[in-house]
Amino acid sequence: MSAPATSRTRPTAEDRPPVSLTTRLRGRYDRNLWFAIFVGPFVLGLAVFVYVPIVWSVVLSFFDARNTVTPTDFVGLGNYLDMLRDSAFRSSLLTFVVFALFIVPTTFVVSLGLALLVHRARFARTFFRSVFFLPTACSYVVASLIWKLSIFNGVRFGLANTVLGWFGLEPVAWLSVTQPPWYWLVLVTARMWLQAGFYMILFLAGLQRISPSLYEAAAIDGATGWRVLRYVTLPQLRATSTAVLLLLLINAFQAFDEFYNLLSSSGQYPPYARPPLVYLYYAALGQGQDFGHGSAGAVILTLMIALIALAQGRFLGLGRRDD
Amino acid sequence: MAGIQRSSADRTGSVIRYVVLAIGALLFLLPFYLLVRNGLSTEQDITSPSWKLFPSSLQWSNLPDLFRDPTVPMARSLLNSLVISVIQTIGVLVISGLAGYGLARIPFRYANAVFYFILATLLIPAAVTFVPSFVLVSTLGWVSTLRGLIVPGLFQAFATFLFRQYFLGFPRELEEAAQLDGTAYWGTFWRIVVPNSKGFVAAIGTITFIGSWNAFLWPLVIAPDQDAWTVQIALSTFLTAQTINLPQLFIAATIAILPLVVMFVFLQRWIVQGVERSGISE
Repeated sequence: MSAPATSRTRPTAEDRPPVSLTTRLRGRYDRNLWFAIFVGPFVLGLAVFVYVPIVWSVVLSFFDARNTVTPTDFVGLGNYLDMLRDSAFRSSLLTFVVFALFIVPTTFVVSLGLALLVHRARFARTFFRSVFFLPTACSYVVASLIWKLSIFNGVRFGLANTVLGWFGLEPVAWLSVTQPPWYWLVLVTARMWLQAGFYMILFLAGLQRISPSLYEAAAIDGATGWRVLRYVTLPQLRATSTAVLLLLLINAFQAFDEFYNLLSSSGQYPPYARPPLVYLYYAALGQGQDFGHGSAGAVILTLMIALIALAQGRFLGLGRRDD
Repeated sequence: MAGIQRSSADRTGSVIRYVVLAIGALLFLLPFYLLVRNGLSTEQDITSPSWKLFPSSLQWSNLPDLFRDPTVPMARSLLNSLVISVIQTIGVLVISGLAGYGLARIPFRYANAVFYFILATLLIPAAVTFVPSFVLVSTLGWVSTLRGLIVPGLFQAFATFLFRQYFLGFPRELEEAAQLDGTAYWGTFWRIVVPNSKGFVAAIGTITFIGSWNAFLWPLVIAPDQDAWTVQIALSTFLTAQTINLPQLFIAATIAILPLVVMFVFLQRWIVQGVERSGISE
């Protein structure tokens, strides 16, 4: 088969008859095999533990699947229509909207403000950065515990009510009344404490990338304080801001831990303030084990998050370079 | 900076800035203080009608009492959390590190397709898949086992993505020098690339460890039996229970955050760099 001319430059079958796995691995050119060894385990795991559940979920969402994962009753879009008609599911979406309206702007402003302050601090910069970043290491469960049982515990001796007392105000039952809905304050401050430091780091990274020459130019033009912020800093942070807004929104959509830990007690969860994930948790894994409706809800949520991400990307220009 | 001559307005601004920073820092540290303070108080101190900044006496015995209490599986939960977090961290570093390097450096005809297959999962919010994941893992018979808690968390698309981006920027000259010696991808990766990437590995490692240690929804779903509880589930169970031993709960929570706070103090530089390099703010 092989021409004599090539046999000198390329090894023929006779030169190395047993092409064992070790030989193939030693040769640097069997790239497909090496790619499989490096990337294979990850892709396989992703297929089994991410893709299989997603496909399974979509399939289950078209079946009547109560207490079973191998359903036989095909109901078409029935589960989807039930979910969209279900006032509890719709109210969970409303809860998310209210939560997002509180948490997204406040975290954005606080983390940007902290980043600007820390960035311009001449000394002890690392100390302040560490202090604001430290809550990132804390879990939602631990934060909920401090918020629920120490700061906002609704009795006169709680920290928040003690502070109110200094101003001669009546104590507030923070988590157990819905009118006025003070529980929102508790939910929002807990999450803000936990996540503001993380977004501050992102803003700090953005601030470091702004060229000093832009500030020098602004100084020559006589711009100071707010005008520098308005016309130099904020436009330069546009890409970071877009990413932060998107992350804040997606994370708010997935809120579960603090709602669960702050509002439920002795196995009971109040019907108000159930964000989508808490609702799904009780619908799918509660007593009914209704995987059909739970899966339909999960698919609806996934589509909504994807839509929001796409819309926001389009609207704010995610991924668009500023320069 | 442009501080050729600093006006008095500049100085006033700087003072105001530091006052705001100091108040902010105190507010951010206050919850940590409350946690430790309550953990070392008596029940009476915590529920005293007049709120006190300092407890009347430090109750160090709360700590041994917590581990002696048979109704609170604290030692077991801490051990579970430790095992899960350590295995997941090492697993993610190895699995995602290899995959990221392969995607960045080994030319393969369908590498782009594989990369999009991975990227697509980033669009799907992980928490929303908990219902079908529960179904899958319970079908495997892994409910309330360490396997069920560990294995699904080993395949992190975001970590792989970050490793790929990082390895794309790794200096090629270093690898080429090694490959002249006949070292294949495997040897180059472990002997040249990994030892020169300690900082990035440390960053991804700490972020993974924090996420794993603080995970709540998945352990809540998949570990109903006490023996498989993580420390977060144990805390949550007592937090939402009817009768609570307050000092015990607070000292337990203090222990739960201690490993992370210590790790944080030592590895903070790497975490910050990791977050900065994650590319989300570019």
